[in-house]
Amino acid sequence: MSWVTKTLTSSLGRKLIMAVSGLSLIAFLLVHCGINACIFFNDGGHTFNEAAEFMGTNWLIRTAEIGLFAGLIIHIIDGLLLWKSNAEKRPVKYAIVKGEANSTWYSRSMGLLGTLLLIFLVVHLKHFWVVSRFTDVITGGQKTLFQEMVDVFANPVPVVLYVLGCISLAYHLLHGFQSAFQTMGWNHPKYTPFVKSLGAGFSILIPLLFAAMPIAMHFGWIK
Amino acid sequence: MEGNMNLTLKVWRQKNANSEGRFQDYQVAGISEDMSFLEMFDVLNERLINEGESPVAFDHDCREGICGMCSMYINGEPHGPNKGVTTCQLHMRSFKDGDTITVEPWRAKAFPIVKDLAVNRSAFDRIISAGGYVSVNTGNAQDANALPIPKDNADDAFMAAACIGCGACVAACKNASAMLFTSAKISQLSLLPQGQAERAMRAEKMVAQMDIEGFGACTNTGACEAECPKGISLENIARMNREYYGAVLSSK
Repeated sequence: MSWVTKTLTSSLGRKLIMAVSGLSLIAFLLVHCGINACIFFNDGGHTFNEAAEFMGTNWLIRTAEIGLFAGLIIHIIDGLLLWKSNAEKRPVKYAIVKGEANSTWYSRSMGLLGTLLLIFLVVHLKHFWVVSRFTDVITGGQKTLFQEMVDVFANPVPVVLYVLGCISLAYHLLHGFQSAFQTMGWNHPKYTPFVKSLGAGFSILIPLLFAAMPIAMHFGWIK
Repeated sequence: MEGNMNLTLKVWRQKNANSEGRFQDYQVAGISEDMSFLEMFDVLNERLINEGESPVAFDHDCREGICGMCSMYINGEPHGPNKGVTTCQLHMRSFKDGDTITVEPWRAKAFPIVKDLAVNRSAFDRIISAGGYVSVNTGNAQDANALPIPKDNADDAFMAAACIGCGACVAACKNASAMLFTSAKISQLSLLPQGQAERAMRAEKMVAQMDIEGFGACTNTGACEAECPKGISLENIARMNREYYGAVLSSK
């Protein structure tokens, strides 16, 4: 086994993969949220459609999209493998675990929260990514992406699902953001308090903005 | 030492590593609130021996919180409900008359049960043997002042060295990870000039041994730090990560 494989399959290496892929997904979330927040200009989706068209046609962005999916798949597979191997490290479970005495429930539930996010993601990709990349509904000029959002969120079921997805995301990030820095060895009295505050702010603000989108569209506040 | 506490104990009984274990209920009466948790078990065991039954096996040695032998998982927490103490320093005044107390062994694949509440923690010894040492040349000891050590480093090394290797970190971790222990044993040496010679080799070998022993990976929940009777900090895990990544990138 080469030293690279040996390192990346060690317990520390696999955690490093989770941290680095997780941080790249955090960077993606910032861009995604920024573009989508253009709907709040409330100009009939004009600014949003222009931004979406740029993202869909610019070759640099399209190349980065491949990296995004690679990062996503690595994060999911490595996460599931870690979840399975960690669970095997305690074959006989405790009768009583007083988890709340020593840690937050969401830090102990990253696998569960991640799985909920994965389910949400499948539905989300089907709603928008598949429609804009693999059909000619948007490229053919039948509908704008904004109109597609209006149509999807007219139905209350996706709205509820998206809000639940955002809540899972918030808790996943609340632990994941600062945890990624700890895994990379970034723990320092000067920077750690800043990283933790930034992480908490990001984890609340970004999912809140995302959740506001389907709600605002459903109730017709955004036209 | 007579008292007036009456308690119900649910204790894990298991004959040996290969047999099936189960909880057994015991009523203990006349317990003093000034007894330690282990002394309460002594009272139970005296009775069991008098009744011709097998006493409950549990590890203990110094009974003053420094040897790291005692290891009970009490009501869902290693070393019980109090912070910064081992089981031998936990007193019965932390419980109420009439309480039911569930006592389990450390549960981890890497810590096989020897009998009842006693587990085999020699996996920790093998992690230490893999690299948790310094080489000392023969000859006269050199002058202590020849090795300047910043006070902060000395303090951090000393705080890491407070680890008594009890295994509460593994018991508390949802992944049965030994990273708090291993990182403390790496940190106490890597922070000092005497630990520099084996520094890179140490992190690489100790982490490899930790994985071989069957401990889990770290999710950074912080349960280990919260339950550690010696308050070993999570900063040590971050330091171990830096040491390890640096070591694997630069070793030949």
